[in-house]
Amino acid sequence: MTPLEQLPAWAAVPAALLLLAGAAMTLLGSIGLLRLGGFYERVHAPTLGTSAGIACVLLASMLVFSVLQSRPVLHELLVGLAVIVTTPVTLMLLARAALYRDRQEADATVPARQPDAPAAGPPAAPLAAPLAAPSAGPGKEPPAGDAASAAP
Amino acid sequence: MSATLLAGAILASGVMIALAMACATLRLLRGPRAQDRVLALDALYVNGMLLLLVFGIRSGTTLYFEAALVIALLGFVATAALAKFLMRGEVIE
Repeated sequence: MTPLEQLPAWAAVPAALLLLAGAAMTLLGSIGLLRLGGFYERVHAPTLGTSAGIACVLLASMLVFSVLQSRPVLHELLVGLAVIVTTPVTLMLLARAALYRDRQEADATVPARQPDAPAAGPPAAPLAAPLAAPSAGPGKEPPAGDAASAAP
Repeated sequence: MSATLLAGAILASGVMIALAMACATLRLLRGPRAQDRVLALDALYVNGMLLLLVFGIRSGTTLYFEAALVIALLGFVATAALAKFLMRGEVIE
């Protein structure tokens, strides 16, 4: 705890407030993850920690290390950039996978696939059925789908 | 005085983030379906990364920061691979 005692008060008080705010945001997000009802509501909750929680804790860390080393310490921006760029990607992938699984099980609570939105939607199912019928192998279907979508 | 305030704030933040990790672990164990467990794992590693950053502020070294960076990058790969597995049934096709 010795390096923190050299920190002046004008830096220690904002750092303490930022740390408390970030940790409180993260705790709220995780409580939401525990308490909310369905998956599509739960997927919103941890983003409170990945946006506000990460931002506050990283700002506190940048402030403390910049004052302690008396030079601008900015490498925490790397962590912030990585988390902010990757969180929407992973949660979109996860939500689409969950939607796909719910539709596969004909769950009535999720909206059905729109028949008019993509042109490749309706031909995909009749195309996949004859391909799977001759039992060519498990790895046959994805390249055929890619070739069919790339040809027109 | 201000060092005591900062030390108390660091302790309270650590306790709050540990409680958040406990909530995520509970959802990971309880979660009714696989996507809930993957979401809880995602929240768990983000909370663990935050806890490492708080430890780094407390100890004054940048070693914890590097561990947090590795967790951030590998956690993205892990969650993306798990989501793809849930979608297609295999990771590399």
